[in-house]
Amino acid sequence: MTSTDTEPVAYPFNEAASLTLAEQYDRVRDRDGLQRVRLPYGEAAWLVTRYADARLVLGDNRFSRAVAATHDEPRQSAGRLTGGLLSMDPPEHARLRTLVAKAFTVRRVEKLRPAVRELAESLLRDMVEAGPPADLVDSFALPLPVGVICKLLGVPEADRPRFRVWSDNALSSSKLTAEEFEASRNELRAYMAELIAEHRKHPADDLMTALIEARDAHDKLSELELVDLCVGILVAGHETTASQIPNFLCVLLDHPDQFARMREDLSLIPAAVEELLRFVPLGVGAGQPRYATEDVEVGGTLVRAGEPVLVAIGAANRDALRFDDSGRLDITRTDNSHLGFGHGVHHCLGAPLARVELQEALRALLLTVPGIRLAGDIDWKTEMIVRGPRAMPVGW
Amino acid sequence: MTWRVEVDRGVCIGSGICAGTAPGVFRLEGERSRPVQEEIEPQEAALDAADSCPALAITLRTESDEIVGPRP
Ligand code: HEM
Ligand code: SF4
Repeated sequence: MTSTDTEPVAYPFNEAASLTLAEQYDRVRDRDGLQRVRLPYGEAAWLVTRYADARLVLGDNRFSRAVAATHDEPRQSAGRLTGGLLSMDPPEHARLRTLVAKAFTVRRVEKLRPAVRELAESLLRDMVEAGPPADLVDSFALPLPVGVICKLLGVPEADRPRFRVWSDNALSSSKLTAEEFEASRNELRAYMAELIAEHRKHPADDLMTALIEARDAHDKLSELELVDLCVGILVAGHETTASQIPNFLCVLLDHPDQFARMREDLSLIPAAVEELLRFVPLGVGAGQPRYATEDVEVGGTLVRAGEPVLVAIGAANRDALRFDDSGRLDITRTDNSHLGFGHGVHHCLGAPLARVELQEALRALLLTVPGIRLAGDIDWKTEMIVRGPRAMPVGW
Repeated sequence: MTWRVEVDRGVCIGSGICAGTAPGVFRLEGERSRPVQEEIEPQEAALDAADSCPALAITLRTESDEIVGPRP
């Protein structure tokens, strides 16, 4: 059993301009107990790296997200992301989550697949028409999820340049001061409030209108909750997918044999997407610490009530105790219950949608530009909490 | 009055949402959900879990076989 007075090590471990999992994780995972870590901001925390421990912490209500608001939460940026689903605990969390859950069920999202496929194909047709080289992020990876979430939520896609900046800021690491972070969030909230007012006047067939109805007719949520819910869905609904599309392509270009197998057999795509979700550590480091509300033993360490725990999903997804040959990409892997979408009550709301987008993105790439290759150096995002190319020059 | 809890383990994706939302009603076993008991007292948390399940794997029924969750 390790004790709280162990000297914390500096965190996050992962390099921003790559997709590798830092070696430090392997050492920490193999050791008994949990590691103490210190982030650029906030108090020291316990770091969880093993699969079983990760599921315990994410799935157990003795760990709270809401309590973080009353602590100096460990984080990578000076500002803090408050509000929205990820800052709530059950049962308040369920009150909001049930309002939006139905829009993202596997069944509902399957109905969107033809439109996602059509958008993916048409974006690539335009890219091919313009001729190589192209920036895959700007011409494909970003407009695909942005187009999908804008339509679903009811946000004008033409506003992309505006909300892109705020959205980037919301997920930025050290770049912004706390004041800048706050100002950017307030602008995004004001923008969303404007759209909500617009929707109140002109209801449409979209999620924002449904949420307004839940507020105005049934008083299920407050005005600020309504705004933050929409903001959360807009931000979470495109940045991650827009990062993972080029990330997945990068990894597949590094594994040409497996990429070739997918080209020959498109039915391998769904399992490949699951394996890529397991294999690619998206975050620079773990975020959204969980606070113990009572003493809980985790992986040989007694976490005391009031202490924060960070869950390194990328490391847990490479735990050899759970995944055979865990460091190897195997697009035909079965029994792949990875934690790429998290676990427990905060399990990614958009997971079914993200799956469809990622599957359709890979399918369209394999069919339209089977010979796709890098045509220059990748420009990596370096000041964001999610990793991925800012620009990715490709030829075909 | 009681409700009957069913989980279709064939479509469950093991998100853990139900077990976190209604821990007395659902638990994960072998990375898939299972009802803790087949019959429960009517309760909001179980309805919330059924509504939140992304796979629509949960069904709650009354004794007269009427579906109460997920809610429409
Ligand atoms: C490849 C794409 C995506 C990945 C890898 C991803 C990953 C995740 C993860 C790991 C969490 C849990 C965070 C935690 O517990 O600390 C999460 C939560 C969330 N995700 Fe995603 N996500 C993706 C796409 C999306 C999309 C398309 C949406 C659109 C609606 C979305 C909306 C959300 C929301 C609202 C939450 C918070 C849920 C809650 O607190 O109840 N995500 N996501
Ligand atoms: S919420 Fe649904 S998919 Fe998730 S574990 Fe429960 S039954 Fe399975």
